[in-house]
Amino acid sequence: MSPWRLAARRFARNRPALTGAVLVAALVLAALLAPLLTADPLAQPDPVRLQNQPPSAAHLLGTDPYSRDILSRTLHGARVSLVVGIGAALLAVTLGAGVGLTAGLAGRRTDQLLMRGVDVALSLPRIVLLLAVFAVWEEAPAAAVVLLIAVTGWFQTSRIVRASVLSLREADFVAAARALGTTGAGIVRRHLLPHIAAPVIVSASLDVGNIILLEAGLSYLGLGVRPPTPTWGNMIMDGKDVLFSAPWVALAPGLALVLTVVAFNLAGDGLRDALDPRAAA
Amino acid sequence: MTATPLVEVRDLVTHFTHRVGLFGTRREVVQAVNGVSLDVAARETLGLVGESGCGKTTLGRTILRLVARTSGEVRFDGQDVFALDLAALRRMRRRMQIIFQDPDGSLNPRLSIGRAVREGIEVHRLARGAEADGRVEALLAEVGLPAGSAARYPHEFSGGQRQRACIARALAVEPEFIVCDEPVSALDVSVQAQVLNLLLDLQARRGLSYLFISHDLAVVRHVAPRVAVMYLGRIVEHGPSDGIYQRPLHPYTQALLTAVPVPDPKTKRARVVLAGDPPSPVNPPGGCPFHPRCQHPGKNESCRTVRPELRELAPGHQVACHLADR
Repeated sequence: MSPWRLAARRFARNRPALTGAVLVAALVLAALLAPLLTADPLAQPDPVRLQNQPPSAAHLLGTDPYSRDILSRTLHGARVSLVVGIGAALLAVTLGAGVGLTAGLAGRRTDQLLMRGVDVALSLPRIVLLLAVFAVWEEAPAAAVVLLIAVTGWFQTSRIVRASVLSLREADFVAAARALGTTGAGIVRRHLLPHIAAPVIVSASLDVGNIILLEAGLSYLGLGVRPPTPTWGNMIMDGKDVLFSAPWVALAPGLALVLTVVAFNLAGDGLRDALDPRAAA
Repeated sequence: MTATPLVEVRDLVTHFTHRVGLFGTRREVVQAVNGVSLDVAARETLGLVGESGCGKTTLGRTILRLVARTSGEVRFDGQDVFALDLAALRRMRRRMQIIFQDPDGSLNPRLSIGRAVREGIEVHRLARGAEADGRVEALLAEVGLPAGSAARYPHEFSGGQRQRACIARALAVEPEFIVCDEPVSALDVSVQAQVLNLLLDLQARRGLSYLFISHDLAVVRHVAPRVAVMYLGRIVEHGPSDGIYQRPLHPYTQALLTAVPVPDPKTKRARVVLAGDPPSPVNPPGGCPFHPRCQHPGKNESCRTVRPELRELAPGHQVACHLADR
């Protein structure tokens, strides 16, 4: 049986991992269907009399200080979180894998240049950097948030990939491929990428949760994706002042955030266990 | 030897340089192969023996140009292997292959056995589609793997079966010469004989030439009519197996041979025990490379200062020792 199928089988037998994966799937589905399932998240039906209403039949999770429907806003907020979380993680991993491969395969000079650059980048405080950029760039679109989080988050991946490439380069099966006359590109595609894929997938899936939290933190401070677009971060911010009189305002996005991060981490841990080559077949 | 040998190695030197020290400012040169000359004729097996770290693996890999040489020459069928451009080198790779010691590490765990064997067929466009499948099946059968092995993965096989798969992968490109780098050292003794016999069968059937590298003298004697003994990057003795096994001339070969177990408990032999480890190839001793460990009673000043060249003392039997004829 192929190693990928063995890994899939290990994953399917891992109860918490499966739970995480199902939750992630449900979240993605809910975010996709949000416009069909719920009303306009920006509508303010009655800003005077309908503000901070507790959950009711009309508003299942209640309304916020501007009389907007919290269920609708929570589901629409999931879109921002998931797009930023998954998008930035994928982009970061691609960048990291590209740089890591280049460093691992290129000569000593290029390798040194890239890796010392990564050392410097890793010493910069990511959050402070992002705060500064978005404080200045007020109209930053969601794509810019994805891009900047990705650009500041690929360094660890590049190190992992470079280390794998350096050890794989010395593997006998790579020497055998060279002896057969396989070209450099063929060796990368056939022998290096399949081995690098596993650690990279694990690192990306564990990163999604962190990025979602990072984005929520930025939104809470009013940076990045700005109001009135609903994000879980700015929704919690909206509920901050009425935390005791109308706790549901902050509770819904807060719980959604916790649930999402836990789901991604469970699934990521499961992937790591399933793909770990040391886990015997 | 009458005809031109298939593989000619002349004064081959392979040194590795690596940077040491905190900032990689100091360079250290490992003299892995230090001026080796040998020939392998068509359909012949040359055994290459020596301790681990003596440079035999590096020599094998340099001959195939898997490792860059420092100086010297390798000719395959008259062509200078190091003068070939990349396209010509790829064509040449079809004709010479390698089998590694550790069948575990030499098969990509993420490729099925069938895909591994197919790699060479695809690279050299020898066949495609169903014809390639047929060739893979035939090769797997030829090395004695059960039908249906192609779809299975390395972890589903035993060590001996994996080594058979590696042999099939090497045979896929129809080579004439194969470097067998300790092909049975990682296997159980019971399996070793099976794999050795497979290699001998294949040689007879396909007319292969082998450079058979091993640290096990008993194994080499079984497969190779001619043997070269390597010590610290140099050939110290070279000749027909019968001559070397019956009357070893170099003190190092003598010591190695007394270490081979004899399957008769009544036999009593004077065992020559080699003291210590071989010296570091970073800083090999001057004179005869073996002199610090040599127990020859006639060891003298010239052993310490003058490096002995290979001398022919019996027909086809060469030795690099000042004292061999005394």
